[in-house]
Amino acid sequence: MDPADLSIADAAERLRAGEVTAVELLAAVQRRASMTEAILHCYLTIDRDGAAAAAEAADAALARGEDLGPLHGIPIAVKDNMVTRGVETTCSSRILSGWVPPYDATAVERLRRGGAVIFGKTNLDEFAMGSSTENSAYGPTRNPWNPDRVPGGSSGGSAATVAVGSAFGALGSDTGGSIRQPAALCGVVGMKPTYGLVSRYGLIAFASSLDQIGPITRTVADAVTLFEVVAGHDPSDATSYRGEFPDPRAESGRGVAGLKIGVVRELSGDGIDPGVLSAFRATLDALAAAGAEVTEVSLPSTEYALSAYYLIAPAECSANLARFDGVRFGLRLPGDSVEQLMSASRRDGFGPEVTRRILLGTYALSAGYYDAFYGQAQKVRTMVIEDFSRAYRDVDVLVTPTSPSTAFGVGEKTADPLSMYLSDICTIPSNLSGDPAISVPVGLDGADLPVGFQILAPALHEAVMFRVAEEVERLVGFSSRPALATSEGAA
Amino acid sequence: MNYEAVIGIETHVELLTHSKMFCGCPTDFGADPNTNVCPVCLGLPGALPVPNEQAIHWTIALGMALECSIAPHSVFHRKNYFYADLPKNYQISQFDLPLCVGGHLDVDGGTGERRVGITRVHLEEDTGKSTHLGGSGRIHDASGALIDFNRSGIPLMEVVTEPDIRTPEEARAYAQELRAIVLALGISDARLEEGSLRFDANVSLRPEGSTTLGTKVEVKNMNSLRSLQRALAFEIDRQNGVLAAGGTIAQETRHWDEAAGRTESGRGKEESSDYRYFPEPDLVPLEVGPELLARLRAGIPELPAVRRERYMAAGLDATAARTLVAGDLSGLFDDAVAAGAAPRAVANWLSGEVTAHLNRTGTDAADLTLDGAGLAELVEMVDSGEVSATAAKDVLAGVLAGEGTPRKVAERRDLLQISDVGALVVAVDEALAAHQDEVARIRGGDARLVGFLVGQVMKATGGRADPQAVDRLIRERTGA
Repeated sequence: MDPADLSIADAAERLRAGEVTAVELLAAVQRRASMTEAILHCYLTIDRDGAAAAAEAADAALARGEDLGPLHGIPIAVKDNMVTRGVETTCSSRILSGWVPPYDATAVERLRRGGAVIFGKTNLDEFAMGSSTENSAYGPTRNPWNPDRVPGGSSGGSAATVAVGSAFGALGSDTGGSIRQPAALCGVVGMKPTYGLVSRYGLIAFASSLDQIGPITRTVADAVTLFEVVAGHDPSDATSYRGEFPDPRAESGRGVAGLKIGVVRELSGDGIDPGVLSAFRATLDALAAAGAEVTEVSLPSTEYALSAYYLIAPAECSANLARFDGVRFGLRLPGDSVEQLMSASRRDGFGPEVTRRILLGTYALSAGYYDAFYGQAQKVRTMVIEDFSRAYRDVDVLVTPTSPSTAFGVGEKTADPLSMYLSDICTIPSNLSGDPAISVPVGLDGADLPVGFQILAPALHEAVMFRVAEEVERLVGFSSRPALATSEGAA
Repeated sequence: MNYEAVIGIETHVELLTHSKMFCGCPTDFGADPNTNVCPVCLGLPGALPVPNEQAIHWTIALGMALECSIAPHSVFHRKNYFYADLPKNYQISQFDLPLCVGGHLDVDGGTGERRVGITRVHLEEDTGKSTHLGGSGRIHDASGALIDFNRSGIPLMEVVTEPDIRTPEEARAYAQELRAIVLALGISDARLEEGSLRFDANVSLRPEGSTTLGTKVEVKNMNSLRSLQRALAFEIDRQNGVLAAGGTIAQETRHWDEAAGRTESGRGKEESSDYRYFPEPDLVPLEVGPELLARLRAGIPELPAVRRERYMAAGLDATAARTLVAGDLSGLFDDAVAAGAAPRAVANWLSGEVTAHLNRTGTDAADLTLDGAGLAELVEMVDSGEVSATAAKDVLAGVLAGEGTPRKVAERRDLLQISDVGALVVAVDEALAAHQDEVARIRGGDARLVGFLVGQVMKATGGRADPQAVDRLIRERTGA
């Protein structure tokens, strides 16, 4: 087996058994990248020198008997909206072209401290705004299962690189589904933690109250590992969770017998593609057969969640993106006055989707409209939270398909933002509530494209979410790999 | 028609915290440009704010000193506007849920005490500072600009009054009292010349007896108590003139030009700004519990008004009490009195010579080389006749020049009075011997010449003899 196809857990075990070195693991992902990047374009930057030095250092440390933990020597990719000291960070935007941050995001620093080899920075929809990774100023990423399809987004580069094996795992960020939806469309595991468990310091903000960094991996166990390394209180993030950190492995291995699993009625029928529904229902049957009590649950507020999201997220983004003005960093166009310099730089630096959302958010916050738009959206957000807590009185976890469809065609939805927005309908509610959620691949549809199964849990209850996720993984036994990940496919 | 002025004041107070409002950068004044900066106060992508607890506590303390209600739940908002020296292009400030609301401050502008309502006290961050290059240095004809972000993110407290002030003198008294409170709390150095205290005023006129408000003009750029008073006096005059000529007041912002002694209209039409405030999602709401409140309340020191009352109860007159408190001389006063000196004597020195010294040298009380023990020693030396009242002024000058304690200065400058009878007898006998005619006339009954002889002894001793003792000795020896 090509080492690039190992799980993080297996690679870590072989490293310690002396069967493989960190330098060899890095060489394996590099080989895979050189075979696939021309087609897929997962990466905006591959940090060859930094990664090589980190891999050598990892081997040397292990030789000295220093073990930094489960990611020691493992090549990991980082979405290019997390700042990396000394490595260009662009958010897929022209406005940050050439910007080299002077500091590391906390999540990146935690990866480094854990001995991970940061291989490169992955492509995304500009400023994480999009669901297909087509809104990148540097060209789209394509789906390893079928390069005519999108990988989902906005963490499309991270999902695609993990799927194809040009990284063992990756960090993504999830504001409305940006980890889970691309994970589903690329046939990998993607998890959004409880808001506040992973520091946002150094994550270039899209919508601060919704953004959360999380892992994208090929197995549930690897997701737990990567999550554990990056999570934890950070004094540099005032919204970071301060309480006792819940053990995500607390319920591992207990199976699902006796667990109450609620199927969200509003998100698992109308509007969901038949191919997705059949894989979803087959998984429910398997869970029921394993002893879970599967019931239907209603979350009436989900009807309004998408609209609320598309007011709150743009409102926050309109302020978050105000700092990109050409004055202190990034793209600067000339102007006769500072106002002209700013507006020229912003007009040229931002792509159409980012511009659309800034305008939408600016409008939603304007005097006279605030109550009707932003204020109303916050009320919906409260309703969503109440809906969830009511549901969790009766069930342990909620489940939905991760996305209404499998990977759609490149260019298919770019002309129609609303249809693009709908692909996040199942993932957005848990960003509004701040609860954890995970997508696990459960099969292929008729077009041989992967389907994701989403498990949602109450805030800080990652343990039960992972417990169900590992059981889904075991019961379904999804083991297909994209053709591009095999040497025949890439040849 | 007679018009009455209606004035409200907004004061920005830079807090004396060691670090900035939302990051750990130092707040020192005068560092090289862009050296006290980090990703947070430069607004770099990905950086997040973390609130400065000290600044929050101090804002609550000021709120308490101004009798405000302290909000148990308060929120930071983003105030959105594009400006080159505002790195995030939004300022983290407070909007509808500030830390402190609804207080008051009693001030006396010379026409009796008036209660000035405090609308709110809130906390925000300062901006950077632009320097315009070329042209006149004003923004409209500059060829370029340099921005120093050292000041970006320094904690700034804003204190807003109700439109309760009626005269420029009251405005000044309000500003002075607020400054004294801030100093008493130790939360700002309150140095006006460094911009740690900045005033904006809203001024309108209305017919006397009316209760509706006229059109208000915002006056900015007043950086001393004196310029606040002068600017308001000018602006009230100007508005009176406009109204008397049948004109109407335009709602606008005017800048005080200290050199020209006038307010100038800002260029162009006032735009109504929409700051699109919304709750800062990078911060959690501030919850202030009863325990914290109790702890902060216990830490509030004696406030200026209470202190003045205490001084007057100790026998000081109102003017002296005001001078001590306003001039930040209370510490010295209290220390000297605690060291045993008589309050009135101490107050005389402080409100007289010491205040004159501060005014003359333009220094602050904090810079004085005189301490309470030294002041008590000086008072003691005068009381006991060790130095004359005249010599004592020289002693103080020596102390203020850093020459040492009063006793050391008196010794070094040879200002101690000769009270030793033995030494005085020698000097007196020498004088009597040198002026035998005068002695004979005294003996003959002309006692007025005693004074002449005392003068001779004083001259011979360089003024250091105790004149009363000399007088007594001469009378004994001449039988006067």
